[in-house]
Amino acid sequence: MRRFTREQMAQLVARDIPNGAYVNLGIGLPTLVANHLPKDREIVLHTENGLLGMGPAPAPGDEDPDLINAGKQPVTALSGASFFHHADSFAMMRGGHLDFCVLGAFQVSATGDLANWHTGERDAIPAVGGAMDLAIGAKRVYVMMEHLTKQGESKIVSRCSYPLTGVACVNRIFTDLAVLDVTARGLVVLERADGLSFDELCAVTGAPLLDALATAE
Amino acid sequence: MINKIVASAAAAVADVADGATVMIGGFGTAGMPTELVDALIAQGPRDLTIVSNNAGNAETGLAALLKARQVRKIICSFPRQVDSWVFDGLFRAGEIELELVPQGNLAERIRAAGAGIGAFYTPTGYGTPLAEGKETRRIDGRDYLLEYPIHGDFALIQALQGDRWGNLVYRKTARNFGPIMASAASCTIAQVREVVELGELDPEAVVTPGIFVQRVVELPRARAAPGGVAA
Repeated sequence: MRRFTREQMAQLVARDIPNGAYVNLGIGLPTLVANHLPKDREIVLHTENGLLGMGPAPAPGDEDPDLINAGKQPVTALSGASFFHHADSFAMMRGGHLDFCVLGAFQVSATGDLANWHTGERDAIPAVGGAMDLAIGAKRVYVMMEHLTKQGESKIVSRCSYPLTGVACVNRIFTDLAVLDVTARGLVVLERADGLSFDELCAVTGAPLLDALATAE
Repeated sequence: MINKIVASAAAAVADVADGATVMIGGFGTAGMPTELVDALIAQGPRDLTIVSNNAGNAETGLAALLKARQVRKIICSFPRQVDSWVFDGLFRAGEIELELVPQGNLAERIRAAGAGIGAFYTPTGYGTPLAEGKETRRIDGRDYLLEYPIHGDFALIQALQGDRWGNLVYRKTARNFGPIMASAASCTIAQVREVVELGELDPEAVVTPGIFVQRVVELPRARAAPGGVAA
């Protein structure tokens, strides 16, 4: 099956983030988006541990243990950056100030429910961090994930079987097979990997799909 | 004369009693008041409730406190990390109680305690397993959970500079939980890399006003070069 590469997925997400946006990129796949933000747009990255205006990783040897991102990796602060405490940082999300967040996921439902913090295994050490705050805290929530699990099961589902992170919070899903919008009518396919037909996409997706491309033609 | 400067980390934590609730600042190791935690281990109070974002890294700081079996319960958002084996072992053995709180709710519960708020409605966590048993309410078409403040008997935090009135400034993302924990505890103990004379901190730039701080301990570290690594 034809797929978008991880870099292509990151490009697709970056394309959908406009100039002037305040954006939080989640841990994992979403961090790739930072490398693809168009140079002619000024986009401010937020990291929930307390920095707006996050820059790329420092050169080796320039790491500062007091300057890290939410994944606890060393980062830099760009000109115009600001530092703040945790209550302010999460007020930026919960208070509706952050324009976008891009999150990874285990599952997304047809109604935009998100499961990305716990696989439900009994002996797993639970950890939630900022996942639930991010899920409900940005004006628009993008999910970036593989379309299928390693076992070949659809991560887009009618109803999440994993514990929820947030209810009806996802706006757009970017997978290695397609870009889909969560709408009141259901999931609408905006884009497909080259050569992948709508029927082929439906066959591997665990929820009904509508074809925006067909409507447009 | 007000003088909140305490001579040593040991003296600063000498009255933390068994059963106390102790807030510990830091996000991972950034802002972690490691020397104060070491002093708490040496002092030896038991049955502590710890409030901190994580549950310790490797075998230092908070992880060492857990390993010393001084903690009954931990309230945190993200205990599982690549190097959290001390917590993981205690949790799997049923030897520590965990209250898992989404990070923003944790921060706001701490802030609420410091601000005298009795409880608050938050959208974070609604409809998830972490909402079980919690009061809910629909306000203007949106669903919320009722969350209560978290007070501390003590807060142990790290800052860059402090003065004898307890005014503090922080360094970069090491600020994280420091300011809100300072306001939420009955006794806030700040370890600072440098004590400065009253008046040296720009009043426009003070992050934590001294009213929120009861004790300041100077614990110098190699100063990080601009953009560089602390030696």
